[in-house]
Amino acid sequence: MAKVELTHIPFIKNALKSRYPQLAVFIMMLVGYIFAILAGLIGTPVGSHNFSIVFVWIAWWAILILVAVPFFGRGWCAVCPIPLPGEWLQRGAVLSPPDKSPKWLNLRVPKMFRNIWLQNISFLLLALFSSVLLTTPNITGIVLAAMLFAAIGLSAIFERRAFCRYLCPVGGFIGLYSQTAPIELRIKDKQVCVTCEGKPCYNGSSAGYGCPWDVFPGGLTKNTYCGLCMECIRTCPHDNIAVNLRPFSADLAKPSTRMDEAFKAFIMLGSAMIYAGVLLGPWGAFKDAAYNVGTSAWFIYAVIFLTIIFVILPGFFTLGILKTKSALPLKQRFASLATALIPLGLMFWVAFSLSFVLTNASYILAALSDPLGLGWNLFGTANAAWQPMLTAILAPAQTLALVGGLIWSARTAQKAANKEKVSSIQVIIYSLIVTSIMLWLLL
Amino acid sequence: MNPRFSLLLFVMAGLVVAFAPLPVPAIAPQARTFQIDARQFAYSPSELKVNAGDTVTLQLVSNDVVHGLYLDGYDVSVEADPGQSATLTFVANKPGSFRFRCNLTCGAMHPFMIGKLTVGTNNWLFRSIGLAALAVLGVTVSIKQKA
Repeated sequence: MAKVELTHIPFIKNALKSRYPQLAVFIMMLVGYIFAILAGLIGTPVGSHNFSIVFVWIAWWAILILVAVPFFGRGWCAVCPIPLPGEWLQRGAVLSPPDKSPKWLNLRVPKMFRNIWLQNISFLLLALFSSVLLTTPNITGIVLAAMLFAAIGLSAIFERRAFCRYLCPVGGFIGLYSQTAPIELRIKDKQVCVTCEGKPCYNGSSAGYGCPWDVFPGGLTKNTYCGLCMECIRTCPHDNIAVNLRPFSADLAKPSTRMDEAFKAFIMLGSAMIYAGVLLGPWGAFKDAAYNVGTSAWFIYAVIFLTIIFVILPGFFTLGILKTKSALPLKQRFASLATALIPLGLMFWVAFSLSFVLTNASYILAALSDPLGLGWNLFGTANAAWQPMLTAILAPAQTLALVGGLIWSARTAQKAANKEKVSSIQVIIYSLIVTSIMLWLLL
Repeated sequence: MNPRFSLLLFVMAGLVVAFAPLPVPAIAPQARTFQIDARQFAYSPSELKVNAGDTVTLQLVSNDVVHGLYLDGYDVSVEADPGQSATLTFVANKPGSFRFRCNLTCGAMHPFMIGKLTVGTNNWLFRSIGLAALAVLGVTVSIKQKA
């Protein structure tokens, strides 16, 4: 399938170039986000009846993992409200033309942090506390507020969207999985960028701001770090930026050789498996351990969690590829072949989320009518009974997602292996084994 | 072999693995009773196995707060007050693996208070693993055909 340039359609191009549609969505999202913080802090402590839990961890999560990431890549980042207050303060403006003088410190992020290791750590920190975070409204409220203030603080110290690019726990995996999405922002003609004076897409101009994600669009080859903020479409004086529809997982044909990205793939794969066992499995002791933060059982859980992610999963993967005949260093083979785990991990999350979301989606109706759990009945649905949805098709849908993810992963392994001139069989067998474990955990 | 023909063969094999009827062992149905102790946020025992056709009685005993038990796939439920027990009886006429879960808000981890009932053999799990193996075989064959 060839690429189709969506920005060729005047309506889409105009909608993306104008700041007003995006601002309208931003404001709605920001209001919802602040309401989720308040609901978490002052609403009912019963998670399944609190807006913050129901809308963040059921509604938003379902939209993110089942729709936004697979089909729109970083589409969520394009409308995420978290960086907004910091960015507005940093720019000293909301919509007006940029002022060239920096408002705050405007420092460059130190080179040692210009990778996704901090995002890996921030995700794992949340993951280790997730049983509490997912179920306790005030903890969710505090974490949401902390993310907002962290984004403001980093905007005050560093240039551009340092929080989104280097710290956001969600942005890390969205970036990783956005490589599989059938949508991309790319330049049309490289030569135009080479000869372009001033590079306004990166440095900004009177038409708009330099790339908030610290990316030079002329060098974009994959979606991972492009936040789809559309600023470069506004600043490019040569109309050389396009948003394209493309085949799924086009970026994975160029495997990454970065260890931070390779470990992100293992972190996400392992977390989905652990959550499937702990949260959706029948083993009460695991749930107790995950929930009772600070107890010895929780520390054992944390050690096992990290061991699975950093030792067992990558360890067996390394053992598998160790014997492959190749002149390439093991580290490069490891990082490159781990690309195959990206579609697999995404589909693990889809399968996990289907179960979690379908059984709990009915809480959304009640939370809509009574978001704070104060006895309101705004839309007459406050007393809607809990009822799992579509449980009859859940298992087949999970199988479809996991087996589909395995096929996708095997084909990606084949492409990565061809590029590195090694065999893909070991990676395919590894993927089959972890998929079988995930099937056992979910079915 | 023609790649399209190979694909067709694998799709047909996949359909057989997914849907081919399997022989059902002839086991006489019997009445089975389980006492299930419920506490925040676990059932004990949390995994139950019965044969297809069995008449199953679950005695739910709540040890702390009010708990419920809703059985996916069968759409039946029972609730027990603290310190009390309640009984649910049904015929296990649908084979497979089904989650049962608390259907009354009982605390923070309530959405994850889950157990598992297996009726007969969990064939769908084995079929799914078979499909996964078949998918890997299919991709491997396609790699070899392209090489």
